Amino acid sequence: MADHITLQVARYRPEQQSDITFDEYEVPCPKEWVVLDGLNHIKDRLDGTLSYRWSCRMGICGSCGMNVNGEPKLTCATFLADYAPGPIRVEPLPNFPVIRDLIVDIGDFMQKLVRVKPWIMRQTEKPVSEGEYRQTPEELDEYKQFSMCINCMLCYAACPIYGLDPKFLGPAAIALAQRYNLDSRDEGASDRMAVLSEHEGIWGCTFVGECTKVCPKHVDPAGAIQRYKLTAALESMKAIFMPRGA
Amino acid sequence: MSDSHVYTPYHPRWLRRRVSTYWWLQKWSYFRFILREGSCLFVGWFVLYMLLLVNAVGKGPDSYARILEWSAEPWVLGLNVVSFLFVAFHAVTFFEAVPQALVVHIGRTRVPGRLVMAAHYMAWALASVLIAWLIVGA
Repeated sequence: MADHITLQVARYRPEQQSDITFDEYEVPCPKEWVVLDGLNHIKDRLDGTLSYRWSCRMGICGSCGMNVNGEPKLTCATFLADYAPGPIRVEPLPNFPVIRDLIVDIGDFMQKLVRVKPWIMRQTEKPVSEGEYRQTPEELDEYKQFSMCINCMLCYAACPIYGLDPKFLGPAAIALAQRYNLDSRDEGASDRMAVLSEHEGIWGCTFVGECTKVCPKHVDPAGAIQRYKLTAALESMKAIFMPRGA
Repeated sequence: MSDSHVYTPYHPRWLRRRVSTYWWLQKWSYFRFILREGSCLFVGWFVLYMLLLVNAVGKGPDSYARILEWSAEPWVLGLNVVSFLFVAFHAVTFFEAVPQALVVHIGRTRVPGRLVMAAHYMAWALASVLIAWLIVGA
């Protein structure tokens, strides 16, 4: 195995250039190094001006998402050796505005996330003295998969619909809404429905399915959206045939 | 990117990359998606052809013979072969998607997605056998 590999890293310095260019760096390639290690090597030893986001290095914080050879990846979970002999092209996540080098603006996603109210809502809170809201393992299994989302936004980068129409609510926000809709302790599904059922919500999705393929936590946002389409359609039918409620 | 986001006016230097017109050629999964969407025209034709066929059968032997003769023309035959392939492609991609959209429970147990998909294929096969029996065997 080669002991070094070339990283072609996207550079965007807004005060100097109007489009992305690529700089090449030779970095060590031991088998345990991930792309993020390569970027940290560049930052520490070769070029301190390189800008990128990272934090936990263990696939939990979701901040080091970038395009690696054209695929959205968590760079802390993508091994350099898998791309030997290289080169490896590292770019900012597509479908988001680029602030600098590999850093994208995530403001749009953060606004959408809040709109779907991703927290447990109760019509009435019971007093603390009555104890916790208990849940069976089966009830936990209903939403656990969707609770694994780490907001890394790889799904948004992979979704051509979001790229073409940024008003689309997007895969992660809908999956997280479903995480709470399917939680037996939650009573806020009807509150979320207005946002999820609008044209830019679930109906914006045409089921390309790429969001599920790139998800590093196996959340299956495409599945969450299709399931909610079925729920929304049934609710609409109920509203037509049973206007006074079931 | 759209210029509609609230942050846009305040950050004119942020780089907004346009999605290429040919984005659907970048990955096989994107191309497969466009193929599925675009081929719905052929599925529409298949439905129309079936309605024409049923209509001809209803009008009697002469009408049925005429539509058979028309169907044997090379361009109609070619169109129907292509349409059949696309209808089969739609059916397969639809059944692949079903387990993601349809979560079935029996009691408190969740039915595995593969079984849900297999049940759909079984239903498809049974319906095909029934129709074949009605046309050929009955």
